[in-house]
Amino acid sequence: MGEILREMFSAPILVRALIVGILVSLCAALLGVSLVLKRYSMIGDGLSHVGFGALAVAAVMNLAPMAVAIPVVILAAFLLLRLSSNSKIKGDSAIALISTGALAVGVMAVSMSHGMNIDLNSYLFGSIISVSRGDVVISVILALAVLLMFVFFYTKIFAITFDESFAKATGINVNLYNMLIALLTAVTIVIGMRLMGSMLISSLIIFPALSSMRVFKSFKSVTICSAVISVATFIIGMFISYAADTPCGASIVCVNIAAFAVFFIAGTVASRNKR
Amino acid sequence: MALIKTENLTLSYENMTVIENLSFEVESGDYLCIVGENGSGKSTLVKALLGLKKPESGAIEFGDGLKQTEIGYLPQQTNAQRDFPASVSEVVISGCLNSRGLRPFYSARERDIAAENIERLGLSELKNRSYRELSGGQQQRVLLARALCATKKLILLDEPVTGLDPMVTAELYELIARINKSGVTVIMVTHDMQSALKYASHTLCLTENDCFFGTTAEFLESDMSNFLTNVEGSAENG
Repeated sequence: MGEILREMFSAPILVRALIVGILVSLCAALLGVSLVLKRYSMIGDGLSHVGFGALAVAAVMNLAPMAVAIPVVILAAFLLLRLSSNSKIKGDSAIALISTGALAVGVMAVSMSHGMNIDLNSYLFGSIISVSRGDVVISVILALAVLLMFVFFYTKIFAITFDESFAKATGINVNLYNMLIALLTAVTIVIGMRLMGSMLISSLIIFPALSSMRVFKSFKSVTICSAVISVATFIIGMFISYAADTPCGASIVCVNIAAFAVFFIAGTVASRNKR
Repeated sequence: MALIKTENLTLSYENMTVIENLSFEVESGDYLCIVGENGSGKSTLVKALLGLKKPESGAIEFGDGLKQTEIGYLPQQTNAQRDFPASVSEVVISGCLNSRGLRPFYSARERDIAAENIERLGLSELKNRSYRELSGGQQQRVLLARALCATKKLILLDEPVTGLDPMVTAELYELIARINKSGVTVIMVTHDMQSALKYASHTLCLTENDCFFGTTAEFLESDMSNFLTNVEGSAENG
C-alpha cells in the first residue's frame, strides 16, 4: 500500500487531481449541508447538467472551457433559485426541464463536431487527465473563497437554512445569501465536474450531508462531519481508482455509498439503544 | 407613544386588496389577539408588521424605540424544520442575529442572552438535545426562546398552537401569558377564539369586509364576536 501511495504522489497529474479534488470535496460538503436541508439537492444535479452543456459547446467552439462554463452555470443557478421560489412553475419540474435541456444541447454539440477530439465519456463520468495546471490555480482560489465565506457567514447560513421567514424578519437579506449559496455551488460544481464527471458531481454535495445527518444532531457537528467524510471518501476513492484501475468519479461515489451505509447503521443502532 | 400604530393601512395580496383602511394601536404591555377567517388578511398583516410587505397606502409607525427588526417573531413551522439537525442552543442563539450586522461569531453577551432565555422557558435540560427529537410543544418553546432573543419589547406569534394537543396548548398559553406579565408585549394570530379571548387584553378581528379593534371586553359585546362564534360552531357541527 505504501508503494502505491508513493507512486501516486510522484505523478504530477495525480497530485493535481488530489489537490483539486480535496478542495472541491470540502466546498461541496459544506454547501451540501445547507442545500440538502433546504430541499435544494436537485439544484446541484441540474447545475452539473448545465455545466456539461456549457463545456461541450465551449469545446466545439474552441473557447476556454472554464471561462464559458462558470458564468453559464452561475446564471443557471440564479435562474433555478428564482424558479423554485416561484409558485407558478414548480421547482422540481423546472430543474428537470433545464437539466435535460442542457444535456441535450451538449450531446448535440459533441455529435456535430466530427473529427474533433472530444471524449464524451470523460465529460460525463470524469477523468483525472482533464485537470490542467490552470484548473489547479482556479480551484485553489475559488475553494479558499468558498471556505472563507462559509466561515464568515456561518451564523447567517444557519439562520436562513433553518428558518427563512424568521431570518427575513430579523432583517437578514435572505435573497442575497441564497444567491451567494447558489453562486458558490455553481462554482464548486464546475470545478469538480472535470474530475468527477457531470453525472456524478452532485453526489459530492448530497452524500456526505446525508451520511452525517444519520448520526450527528447539531448543525455544527453535521457540517464538520460532512467535510471530514467528503475529504476521506475522496482520498479513499482516488486510492481505489489508482490501485484497481477504475474510473475515479465512480470509485469515489461507491466509497460514499459504503460510508452512507455505515452511518445509516450506526444511526439506527444509536437511536435504538437510547430507547 | 404607542409601540405600534397603524393608520388607514391598506394591504394587498397578489393584486387583491385584503385589508382596507385598518387603524389600530398597540401599547407597551398589551396582549393583542388577531383573529379572523382564512383569507381575511391575517398573514398579510403579519408580513406588513415585519416589514416584508409594503403597504398599498397608509403607514405603520413604531414608537418607544422599537425597531422593525427587533420584533421577536415566531413563524408557523415548516415541514423541513421538523427533522432539522440542530441543537436547541444553536436554534435559540440564532435569535440574536438581528443585532449583529456583519460580525461573524456570537459574542459572550449574546451567549448569555440565549442562556437566559433557555432558562426562562424551562429548556435547560434540553439545551444540547437535537431540535428534531423534541415534541411539538417543546419545539414551539424553543422557537419562543429564539423569538425572545431577538427582542425585549414585542413578540409576534403566528398560529403558535397549530398541531399541539390540548394539554400542551394550555401550557403554551400560560407560558405566553407569563411572558406578557413580565413586560413583553404580545401580538398573536390565532384560530383558537376561546383561548384568545381568555388571555388577550385587546382583540383585532378581521373578516372579509369588516374589522373590529378594541379591548377584548368590548369585542365580546360587539356583534362581531357573535358572528365569529356562530361560524366556528357551525364549522364544528358540520
